[in-house]
Order: sequence, then C-alpha cells, then structure tokens
Amino acid sequence: MAIIVEARKMTLAERLYLPAVIKGMLLTLAHLFKKKVTMQYPEVQKILPPGYRGAHRLNKDEQDRVKCVACEMCAVACPADCITIEGMETEWNDREKIPRTFQIDMLRCIFCGMCVEACPEDAIDMTDDIELVATSREEMIWDRERLLKNYDETKDQEGTLGQVLRKSRAAFTRLRGDQLPDPGGPGGH
Amino acid sequence: MELYFFLFFAIVAVASSVAMILQRNPIYCVLLLIMVMISIAGLYLMLDAQFVAIIQIVVYAGAIMVLFLFVIMLLNLSREEGGVFRIQKPLAVLLATLLFLPVAAMIMSYAGGGSTPPAAGGDAGFGEVEQIGTLLFTKYLLPVEIAAVLLLIAIVGAVVLTRKGTVSVGE
Amino acid sequence: MVVDPMILEGAIALVKIGILLGVVFTTVAYLTFMERRVSALIQDRLGPNRVGPMGLLQPLADGIKFMWKEEFIPASADRKLFAIAPALILVPALLIFAVIPVGGEVTIPAFTLFGLQIQETTTTLQIIDLNVGILYILGMTSIAVYGIALGGWSANNKFTLLGGIRSSAQMISYELSLGLSIVGILMLTGSLQMSKIVAAQDGFLDWFIFRQPLAFVIFVIAAFAENNRLPFDLVECEQELVGGYHTEYSSMRFSMFMISEYASMVAASALMATLFFGGWHMPFEDQVGPGLVTLYQVAGFLLKTGFFLFVYIWVRWSLPRFRYDQLMAIGWKVLLPLALLNVVVTGIWMLV
Repeated sequence: MAIIVEARKMTLAERLYLPAVIKGMLLTLAHLFKKKVTMQYPEVQKILPPGYRGAHRLNKDEQDRVKCVACEMCAVACPADCITIEGMETEWNDREKIPRTFQIDMLRCIFCGMCVEACPEDAIDMTDDIELVATSREEMIWDRERLLKNYDETKDQEGTLGQVLRKSRAAFTRLRGDQLPDPGGPGGH
Repeated sequence: MELYFFLFFAIVAVASSVAMILQRNPIYCVLLLIMVMISIAGLYLMLDAQFVAIIQIVVYAGAIMVLFLFVIMLLNLSREEGGVFRIQKPLAVLLATLLFLPVAAMIMSYAGGGSTPPAAGGDAGFGEVEQIGTLLFTKYLLPVEIAAVLLLIAIVGAVVLTRKGTVSVGE
Repeated sequence: MVVDPMILEGAIALVKIGILLGVVFTTVAYLTFMERRVSALIQDRLGPNRVGPMGLLQPLADGIKFMWKEEFIPASADRKLFAIAPALILVPALLIFAVIPVGGEVTIPAFTLFGLQIQETTTTLQIIDLNVGILYILGMTSIAVYGIALGGWSANNKFTLLGGIRSSAQMISYELSLGLSIVGILMLTGSLQMSKIVAAQDGFLDWFIFRQPLAFVIFVIAAFAENNRLPFDLVECEQELVGGYHTEYSSMRFSMFMISEYASMVAASALMATLFFGGWHMPFEDQVGPGLVTLYQVAGFLLKTGFFLFVYIWVRWSLPRFRYDQLMAIGWKVLLPLALLNVVVTGIWMLV
C-alpha cells in the first residue's frame, strides 16, 4: 500500500535558500582553518597496526636455516595463485624437504595473508614493509633469496602477521580446549 | 585604412552569406550566419554606430542564433536532402533578381550622380545611446509602442500555447 | 627622433594588452592552484604542496603535463568544429578584459629609448573605454556560449551533446537576468561607459553595493550561472554527463576550455568589483601620498577581484548542484522578476 506523504510547505525564509546557503558557507569557512588530516608521507610514516599484511618474508630458524619444508600448503591456499614452490630433498635430519625455489609474484599477490595462516611451520610471514616498488615486472617476482633477505632486514619487527596469528591461535585453543568435543565422538563433525 | 577595414568586413559578410546558402550542413549554416552578423556589426562600427553594432552582436549573434543552434542540436538535423527544393530554385533566382534591381539602381544613382551618402559622425554623440534613446522616445514613439505590443502578444501567445497542453492533461 | 603621437598611442595600447594578457594568464594559472588548495583546505586536506616552495610551481607542472598528453579526436567527430570550439570560447572570455578599468590616469614621463624620444603622455589603465562598454561585455558573454555548444555537438557523443544543449539554454536564460540586474546601475550612472560607472562610485558610500544591493545578489547568481560554476555547473556535471561538453577533449584543447572557464571567472570577479565595489576607487584615497595613490588603487582593485575569485571557489566547494528544472525556475521565475522589480524601484527612487 502506497502512502502519500505531503511535502511540508517551506516558509519564506527557507524558500529564499540564502540563509541556508550562508550557513553552509560559514561551515566550510570554519573548515578552512581546522587541523588537517593529511600525512606528509615520505617524511611522516604511518604507524601500522600489529598483524599488518605487508611484504612477505621467509622466516629462518635458530640455526639460521630456512624454516620452510616445501609442503606447498601456502601455494594451495593462495587465492591469487601467485606462489610457486619447487622442493628438493635435504640431508638435514629434522625434515625431508626444503624449497629449491620459492617464488612469489608480488604483482599478482592480493595481500590476503592466507599463506601465512596456512603455513604449518610458521615459515612464511608478512611484515609491515609497504614500500614495494620496482621498475620492471621481473623485479616484482620475488625469489627465495629475496624473501630470506627480507627476514634479515625485518628480524626485529614486533607483531608480524605470523606472530599475531600464533598468539590468537594459542588463546583460542586455551579457551576452547576443554570444551572441544571428542574428535571421535558422535557429536563431532 | 578605413577602406581596408570596409573591404575586409564586406568581403567576409558577402562570402559567408554565399557560403551559408551553398552549405548543406545546418550547423555550418548557423555558424556562417553568425559570421555575417558579426561582420555587419563591424560595418556598423565603421559608421560610428557603436550602439547598433553591439546590439547586433548581443541580439542576433548572441541570442537569436543560439536559439537556432539549440533547435538544430535538439532535433539533431543532419545534412539536408537534395532535390526537395527543385521547383523553388528557379523561382528564388527570379525573385532575388527582381529584389536586387532596385538596390542596384540606388547604388548606380550614387555612383553616377557623384552625391555621397550622408556622412557619418556629423554631429557629436552620433550613434550613442543617449541620442538613440531620445529619438526612440520622442520621434519614433508610436512604432516603438506598436513593436512592444506586438512582442507582448507574441509572449502571451506562447504562454497560452504551452499552458493549453498541461491544463488538459491535468483535467 | 621624436615618436609620432599616433604611433605612441598604438604602442602604449599594445603594451597594455601585453601586460593585461600576462596578468590574466598568470592569474588563471594560479587560480587553478588556488582552487586545488582551497578545496583541499575546506576538506581538511593540504592539497598540492610539493612542486616548488609551497607547491607554487604546480601550475607550471600541470601545463607541461597537458602539453605532452595525447591529442585525441573521436573518429565520428566533426573535426573542423572540434578543433575551433576551444578557441571560440577562449577569445570572448579574454576580450571582456578590454573594457575593464584597472586604474585611473597615469602619466608616463618623457624618456629616450634606443635613440627614440618619447614625450610625456597620459593614459588610463584601461585598454579601450567604449561608450557602450557594458553592452560590449554582455555581447561577449553571449558569444561565449558557442564554444561550449559547438564543442558539445562536434564530439558526436550524447553526453557532450546534452552538455552543449544545456549550456545554450542556461546561458540565454541567465543572460537576461545578468543584463537586467545592471540596468539599475546604468540608470543611476546615466551611461554605459565603464569609466563613468567607476567615476560614479568615487566616494565609499557611493559604491553601488550600498545603492543596489538586490542587483548585486542577482548579478552574482547570474554570473555564477553564466560561468557554469557550481551550483550551476549542469553543463559539465560529472555525475550525470561525465564532464559534459568537454568529455571528449584532451591535452591542450581541454586545457583551453579550463583556461577560458577560469578567465571568465576572473572577468566576472573584476566586473563585480567594478560595478558594485567602486572599481579602482578605494576608501581613504586622499590620505595616500600622490605618488602612491595609483598603486594603492590598482592594488585595491586586484584585492577586490581576488576576493570574489575566492568566493567563487568557496561557493563551489560548499554548495550542491541545482537540478535542471530548479535552475530554469530560479532564472525565469525568481531572478528575472526581481531584476525587473529592481529597475522599477530604482526608477521610483530616482524620481522621488
């Protein structure tokens, strides 16, 4: 059912529009002198929140070796299909495979962070480095060495995406730990 | 100096009017007509009639031709079809010749008799607004009033014609 | 060798034209900068501030950028009209400045240049003082519509065509109010000559803003509409017409449209200052030293013009756009009767 709403008749002062015009112009005039929100970027850097999804890095373990085991979980999880891994066998006794090549096409990457979430070894991580510039497409395909170098450069950074995820995962497990149904029980999925 | 200016404006006026008639694209016709108007305004300026010259530009080039352009653009008229005016053509030539004859006779009489047209700028203030205004409201009061009434009738007529449709739709 | 006074007069006129064009183009360039900075400040941003100190070289950078852009002409466009349309709008906008008086009389002392003896001459700071000055300005504004209308038509694009049609209807409608709002001033002055209109406002309280306030409001609104500036920029509104008449233009041709828009803004601001705010007459003129009085007057005139330019920008970033029927209703049903009323009231006032 349609309801017809009669428009309110405007008074003479309202129909002149001029008072409203002057009111609006005074408002914008006041804004001329207000504090500005612009950040003068290269001089002033924005402080990014913890867990920010910036440039990738490949984490290293205590013995300064690559943590990655070339399981390709990240490549599977990647919605943009930008990770290419080629594994090889290794002599190290704590794992069977390490990546021979590890490429991320940063031009295709959508910075969703799924690779970091998928990684079982906490090997891939995201930093708050946002200055990703290059002069050619080739330079934007980052290989293993580049990603490892990123780790060396951002080693001291607090609150990378991987660290934040690990912390929240731990908290979640602690919270839900006792209540989780028995995996083999009838109520489980 | 004055002769060169006269020749310039005269040639532009004649050339654009001829081109306007020959041109088949209506938008170009409008533009050429504006050229004619402006060059005629230039001729008025040379006769010290500044007011008439400016009025020529404001009214003809600035307002009336804009309406022409507006209508042509709105109707999206494209090239005029040839052949529609085939019968009218010889008739037009005949009429134009007949109209041209008295004008030519007048020009010839000036050229032959040696008498020149009344010189412009004879008295101070010639062609100025004040003089034209005084003339319009004293000597030519009746024609001005008649023209005013005519325009009023036209305006009222236009309003009536446009109102008619809306009233019948409303009822 | 003594220079012939006729030639000297011509030379002075050429110099004046040169200076005027230089000033107008510089003003236009910095007006675009001012527009960007003021709009940014109104929106709590900073605006362009990187090119040169405080971003002052930004107009230069913009100009260079425009020159290197590709000159694009649509395949179905009418190439001839498409090419001349920007010139058709720029020329009338610049011609208006010929009759605007910037200052009073100045005397150039006698001097010798390259062996040429130049006598002492007196000249006014105005290129030509036509005795139909106001009508000349109205004529030029009425011619300016062709550039927009033809630019819109020649591109053979429905959006540009709509922009062109809108502009022709809008310009005709508001020209009437623009012309009629000035009639009151002309009645009080008794002349169409710009110098006489300025001379009629030599005392501070003689300024026409105090004697014709209604005319000023009508004139400002109509001038905004004539310049296609917000809140009346239906000719180029981005949301409906994707830029209107200049959608298909690029490179220097596009920038010519922009230059003429800003040049006509400068002209309109100068006219507001001249017609209603005393032109180059300033309060306390007689207390300034005789050597500085011309400078004071010219500076005052430029200041007044600059203020109205700021108002133009300020209004643009404050008010929303009118709907097309509202625009026509305001033009024909409000401004025109008010302008006629102003003429009648002025006439009665003059008689009493």
